[in-house]
Amino acid sequence: MTANAAPTAPGIRPEADWLAHLAEGRFMLPRARASGQVFWHPRVAEPRTGDTDLEWVEASGRGVVYSTSVMRMRPPKPSYNVALIDLEEGPRMMSRVDGIPPEEVRIGMKVEARIIEEDGAPLLVFHPVGGA
Amino acid sequence: MAASDKGGFPRGRTAIVGAATHGMGEAHGYDAMDIAVHASVKALKQAGLTPADCDGLWIGLPQDYISGLSFAQQLGLDPKITGNNRTGGSAFLTHVAEAALALDAGVIDTALIAYGSVQRTASGKLQSSARPDAFEGPYKPVLPVAAYALAAARHMHQYGTTPEQLAEVAVAARGWAKLNPDAFMRDDLTVADVLAARRVADPLGVRDCCLVTDGAAAIVMTRADRAKDLCATPAHVLGTGAATFHMNISAMPDLTVSAASSSGPRALEQAGVKLSEIDVVELYDAFTINTILFLEDLGFCPKGEGGRFVEGGRIAPGGALPVNTNGGGLSCVHPGMYGLFVLVEAAQQIMGGLGARQVEGAKIALAHGNGGFLSSQVTTILGHPDTV
Repeated sequence: MTANAAPTAPGIRPEADWLAHLAEGRFMLPRARASGQVFWHPRVAEPRTGDTDLEWVEASGRGVVYSTSVMRMRPPKPSYNVALIDLEEGPRMMSRVDGIPPEEVRIGMKVEARIIEEDGAPLLVFHPVGGA
Repeated sequence: MAASDKGGFPRGRTAIVGAATHGMGEAHGYDAMDIAVHASVKALKQAGLTPADCDGLWIGLPQDYISGLSFAQQLGLDPKITGNNRTGGSAFLTHVAEAALALDAGVIDTALIAYGSVQRTASGKLQSSARPDAFEGPYKPVLPVAAYALAAARHMHQYGTTPEQLAEVAVAARGWAKLNPDAFMRDDLTVADVLAARRVADPLGVRDCCLVTDGAAAIVMTRADRAKDLCATPAHVLGTGAATFHMNISAMPDLTVSAASSSGPRALEQAGVKLSEIDVVELYDAFTINTILFLEDLGFCPKGEGGRFVEGGRIAPGGALPVNTNGGGLSCVHPGMYGLFVLVEAAQQIMGGLGARQVEGAKIALAHGNGGFLSSQVTTILGHPDTV
């Protein structure tokens, strides 16, 4: 294999690996081996350093709502939540808080990850800690 | 480079000598290119020029990725520089910076910067050129409003900013729009109206959101020595600054601090201008939260005080600080990318003669563009010949 051949090793495949992990029921985050930095979103090189020696690590699934909004649909289409979650590992990601009405999601709320299926694909969402 | 230049920018050595709009609101039967040509010809005519005089062209049309080429053909141009830089709605303020450098270096003599969109009559929806995002698309954020709603919610949480204060921004913009015959929405608007309007993405309702209209704009730039022969009162480019902290809203380090906190101070430093010397402010108000964030980040008030700052009509006609004097993206015009319209209004305020909305004796104007999701921030300081 030449130096320019794909796939290169070491490294990660951002979207393909992310989806494959979700399909296995695993919430994984990319991490640079050298710096130990966990980052979001997945990409082939660590932001700023350009380090491509990356690995996937299991997320704790714990986080805190950093901001939240309700996408207001015209009835009968239901409105839904869109939130930014600060993960325990440091990075922030866009997701959704399920399990309570969308307008009851609060900034600062402790949440935990769940993997559900939606539109025929696995999807990472969050639920309030201790919630249904 | 002159000894007085800060950050390598040729302060005051280039100027806007023509600034025009066309097809504001609805331009039935025309496409984006047509109305951009109309605006360009108008702006050139103000300076006694024709398309054939332009040897530098900057443009970014919403659905034509090589609009630099197609627009040059429309006008019959043979540009030495064709710029098509796209940083969202702020692109045109970066075009001014590039044109100033190229003019000052003597690479070109006359720069045309143009934009046009017919997104209202063509589709009625805000058009976005951002590519679908694999990691965020499944959550169906209604973009761009969802991103700005998340920023507004965070600002309210952190600083106690209220829906009423956001509404004050929309009411002030409407006050200015009433003074502008070209503005699209000129009906009465109260804080109560804004709060009662249809909700789009909490905490933002439809009156917190920019319009979806048609519209075109164009500006013409040349070197200062030539500008004085072409224009009674050219608007000199005193300073510019650009900054980008992120693209997706999830990647914004702090949703209450935009990159205007970096672009603004650099533009002011280059211009050698203090905030207290600015007579008129034109901000890219895609949503009501923008105005509040940018007033803070540019330094007009401390971080977190933007909501209280805009209370009591402070930025409305008759207030202490004239902001968005054309009515802004909220009430005047918003054809997808609004950046060139803040420049046109800022330049025209310096040139004078805007009638009821003219800020008397305006000598220094600040124009600020926003692109993406509070992502690209670009600040331009324009000045009357007396300030050079």
